[in-house]
Amino acid sequence: MSTETDQGYSAAGEVGAVRARRTMSENIWRGLKKAPPTAWFGMIVISIYLFLAIFAGILAPYGEEEVLDAAYLPSWFDADEDFPWDPRFLLGTDQLGRDMLTRLIYGARNTIGIAVATTALSFGIGGTLGVLVTIRPGFFDQLISRFVDVLMAIPGLIFALMLLSIFGSTVTNLIIIIAVLDATRVFRLSRAVAMNVVVMDYVEAAKLRGEGLMWIMRKEIIPNIMPPLVAEFGLRFCFVFLTISALSFLGVGIQPPTADWGSMVRENATLITYGSATPLFPAGAIALLTVAVNFVVDWFLHKTSGLRDEH
Amino acid sequence: MSTKNKQKHGREKGSVLLEMRDVYIDGYSDDKWHPIIKGVDVTLHRGEIMGMIGESGAGKSTLGLAAMGFARPGCKITKGSIMFDGMDLRAISETERRALHGSRIAYVAQSAAAAFNPAHQLMNQTIESALSHGIMPKAEAEEDAKKLFAALQLPDPDNIGYRYPHQVSGGQLQRAMTAMAMSSRPDLIIFDEPTTALDVTTQVEVLAAMRNIVDQFHTAAIYITHDLAVVAQMADKIKVLRYGNTVEDADTRKMLKEPKEDYTKTLWAVRSLYKEEQANEDVVLRIHDVDASYGGGIKVLEDVTIQVPRGRTVAIVGESGSGKSTTARVITGLLPPIKGEVYFNGEPLPPALKDRSKEQLQRIQMIYQMADTAMNPRHTVRDIIGRPLEFYLGLRGAALDQKIVQLLELIELDESFIDRLPGELSGGQKQRICIARALAAEPDVIICDEVTSALDQIVQEGILKLLLRLQEELNITYLFITHDIATVEAISDEIVVMFQGGVVEQGPKTKILNPPFPPYTELLLSSVPQMDPDWLDTLLADRAKKGDVMKASG
Amino acid sequence: MHPVLRTVLQRLGLGLLTLLVVSIIIFSSLIFLPGDFATAILGQAATPETVAAFRKELGLDEPAFIRYFDWLRGALVGDFGTSFSGRSGGSAGAVRQVADLIEPRLYNTLFLAAMTAIIAVPLALTLGIMAALYRNSWFDRAVNAATLTTISFPEFFVAYILMLFLAVKFDVFPSLANVSDTTPFGERVYRCMLPSITLTLVIVAHMMRMTRAAIINLLASPYIEMAQLKGVSRTNVIVHHALPNAWAPIVNVIAFNLAYLVVGVVVVEVVFVYPGVGQLMVDSVTSRDIPVVQACALIFAATYILLNLFADVISIITNPRLLHPR
Repeated sequence: MSTETDQGYSAAGEVGAVRARRTMSENIWRGLKKAPPTAWFGMIVISIYLFLAIFAGILAPYGEEEVLDAAYLPSWFDADEDFPWDPRFLLGTDQLGRDMLTRLIYGARNTIGIAVATTALSFGIGGTLGVLVTIRPGFFDQLISRFVDVLMAIPGLIFALMLLSIFGSTVTNLIIIIAVLDATRVFRLSRAVAMNVVVMDYVEAAKLRGEGLMWIMRKEIIPNIMPPLVAEFGLRFCFVFLTISALSFLGVGIQPPTADWGSMVRENATLITYGSATPLFPAGAIALLTVAVNFVVDWFLHKTSGLRDEH
Repeated sequence: MSTKNKQKHGREKGSVLLEMRDVYIDGYSDDKWHPIIKGVDVTLHRGEIMGMIGESGAGKSTLGLAAMGFARPGCKITKGSIMFDGMDLRAISETERRALHGSRIAYVAQSAAAAFNPAHQLMNQTIESALSHGIMPKAEAEEDAKKLFAALQLPDPDNIGYRYPHQVSGGQLQRAMTAMAMSSRPDLIIFDEPTTALDVTTQVEVLAAMRNIVDQFHTAAIYITHDLAVVAQMADKIKVLRYGNTVEDADTRKMLKEPKEDYTKTLWAVRSLYKEEQANEDVVLRIHDVDASYGGGIKVLEDVTIQVPRGRTVAIVGESGSGKSTTARVITGLLPPIKGEVYFNGEPLPPALKDRSKEQLQRIQMIYQMADTAMNPRHTVRDIIGRPLEFYLGLRGAALDQKIVQLLELIELDESFIDRLPGELSGGQKQRICIARALAAEPDVIICDEVTSALDQIVQEGILKLLLRLQEELNITYLFITHDIATVEAISDEIVVMFQGGVVEQGPKTKILNPPFPPYTELLLSSVPQMDPDWLDTLLADRAKKGDVMKASG
Repeated sequence: MHPVLRTVLQRLGLGLLTLLVVSIIIFSSLIFLPGDFATAILGQAATPETVAAFRKELGLDEPAFIRYFDWLRGALVGDFGTSFSGRSGGSAGAVRQVADLIEPRLYNTLFLAAMTAIIAVPLALTLGIMAALYRNSWFDRAVNAATLTTISFPEFFVAYILMLFLAVKFDVFPSLANVSDTTPFGERVYRCMLPSITLTLVIVAHMMRMTRAAIINLLASPYIEMAQLKGVSRTNVIVHHALPNAWAPIVNVIAFNLAYLVVGVVVVEVVFVYPGVGQLMVDSVTSRDIPVVQACALIFAATYILLNLFADVISIITNPRLLHPR
């Protein structure tokens, strides 16, 4: 900041927010360098999961549904003299004698894939409607908003259970049901965020200029609601992922023989009572990914909202 | 720590009460500590009132709070001494400081509406510090508060204390807050922009009440504001701050008569501007007998008729709620009127925005008060100025770029700004870009809605000069909405005075600003603080003499 | 009419309306059942006569809205019709009333939820308020990291970890929470400990974070700074200035999390084989016993709506602007 007393006044010389101009990649890199260790941990974990999910077919030692040996062979952690560890199966075998490690790796692909597809569909529905009703308020907005109010008055998991009992537990039904139920929350958020942008003078200026609705939506609104929506995508993913896992755990989600972490916990649950940690592997895999995503989202929210802890 | 001995020792002006030496304060932003106050001295004697003036970012509020030994979260006092009546406020304990706050040093905040707790009656909040510091018993404190309410000219002083903050008006709350500060008869009161949020006609009453009461009890005060004319009425001496440094210290009269620093003079820059009024018979825009309401409720505009001559500036003045911004919404088509028409070049405009042609939209452009929210933060200057050129004039490629640069030069900026985002511009530059965006459409009329009121004086002056030059060069017509009379004098040819949704009068500037006045115009104009330190005394004497019973707001 | 009363009545009316619409949605789910449904329930051996009789019993030959009002009238007095289970083979004696299935389990679920709430609510509020008051201290940071981790855990992960360590490795609590009507109170509490601790961990994390945010938001109000500048003591700033304005946000946080408890209870009941409504619902979903599923869904939804209604009413009656109109 300059401290000299101004003699003359010039508009161009006025001191604005002095900010070095950087390219986008420089900005991203600078942001990453400042990221706290929790965020780094989260990003590394997410990368590993994605790697496993994409290359599951190459990385897994056996086939997804291949029955190899006796059921419930101990993992490396549980092995003792009475139940020696079989070096072919690092994490032991499941209730049908399939390799746990293989099932875990395939589970990454199936569970994460279904959760991402569901979240994307949920954003497709909720986000589009949420932004549309802000530009065209009135009857349409009221109708959807009241409908969403009612849907949100029923707890999500309970509603999902009821719908699954009627339509049956197929993967398609699961994705559609969870996506529609979750879209209500996305709708509320994107509507609220877009509302904050729509009341801005620059949107009014565009309307006064005579711009069309689509132009206003594409150029004025969407670029300004992206950061909160990206963060919300992470949070919704966690929620959807946990819901699907819970449904699978309850036996009404992803059905066998598909390798899925929630179902794997259910199938091997009895081992806990014998002191074996095996059911905790798939459960822990779920927990670790959600923790990782939450850490990254927490950092991203903190960064983009401009919230800064004092001192 | 006992503060029960409240005998009124030495309240007349004299010994030093507050002495701040070489104070440094840091603030935290962008993950770093930045200096906000850079070595400022303050000396205040008993019973003396010091005005602390500066523009946004000068650090005046931070310094005012530091005089209480207090730093907001995110700020810290790093260096210097703050001696209050022999005690170093930086050295004493938290408990000792707390014992001083509210008993010997009191604070009056800018927004009384936010600073009163919504859950408690005014009375309980007014006497809270007197009770908690054990200065007087409850019954006595309540009686005293009622006397203070009366002294501050609050209506129904015996009962108003038993109302809740949301039940009384902003001006009344501000006076109640002064009573709250005064209830323990402090030695020092910090007034932090106490009238900034008020309309001018209310401001006069609050100012008079506050000055009256500090005089009566010989209380020392620090009065923080950005308005020199206001501080001139209140203060014995004035300190001018800029970027956390002292620019100038002087007695009020001396500073107004012969300011030493150039910067001090720029604080009333706009007041030195004056446009010679010109008439024009050719009417470009005519609002005829318009009524308007939001959602079919109460009429916010009633029988509004305004004529706007071509190539001239018509200023619409009025306080909040007068309907001046609603008038702009009717003209632009955002709010179709329930009665009456808007004529442009003699032709009636379709009432609703969606029925107007591109050509009609192009001819009337708008500039907003907050340049920050008027530009999409993710569009560059090229996008912002380029869009109307592309949209209305169909310019593309090199022709477009060339025209953008021309427009930038027209608003006294240059090519180097073309790829900047709004976040990389100063307040004045942002408003200039908004002006360029309006000019890009090659309009006949530009509606300017309080375009300078969010800016510092020197920047305001620059913008007003620019607008005047553009009018001369391009023969543009301005409809200038403002509440600030100095701006009106600087820019207008004609004036429309609005009050509660109706037009009080319209006419040439010299006619409106000179007697005889209709009653509301007189009240409005006489309430605008002048640079003369005797202005408030003269005004009050005048109003008393005329037996003026007119109350601006309830 | 006093504005507080008027607003409360409006809110109650809206709550009732929501409940009504929700009941319609839950009921109409039956319409989407596939056509061969009756056969699937009664078994392949069912004669066309029994199928027809069953369809008549369900009232499928009557208009939907009449069936809805019959169902709703029944639901209001606790009669949810008869279960589909035990139908196959056509033995009419095995047919059970939905209400009889639900009643003992509802008590168990409410017991578990109440026990969790009694532990979790005071704990979460205390932690949340402390974290807000000592913001950015090591305590705050530790609690923040711990709760961010806990809210990311699926309930069954927490449950099995607790089971592995507190029941299997160290025999502190029983691993399965099998209770019956005859279980004495003390024994019941003991057997419910693990499910209750699991739910507490999950709920406390959410509730504590929301309480912290609400309190920090409140403490940033200008009137709190004003109270400090008036020399009001730290305790009094909290008790006299923050607390009267904190009821609405805090009650909202509590209601939100108790509503969340309703969902969490389903998974936890299954893990610990606890005979509650949640487990019944999951079993009925698996066996597609629609009347039971509908009844459970209606009970959960009603609880959820009533909790939110309660929070809103508290917000209304503690709002000074409504209490003391102009």
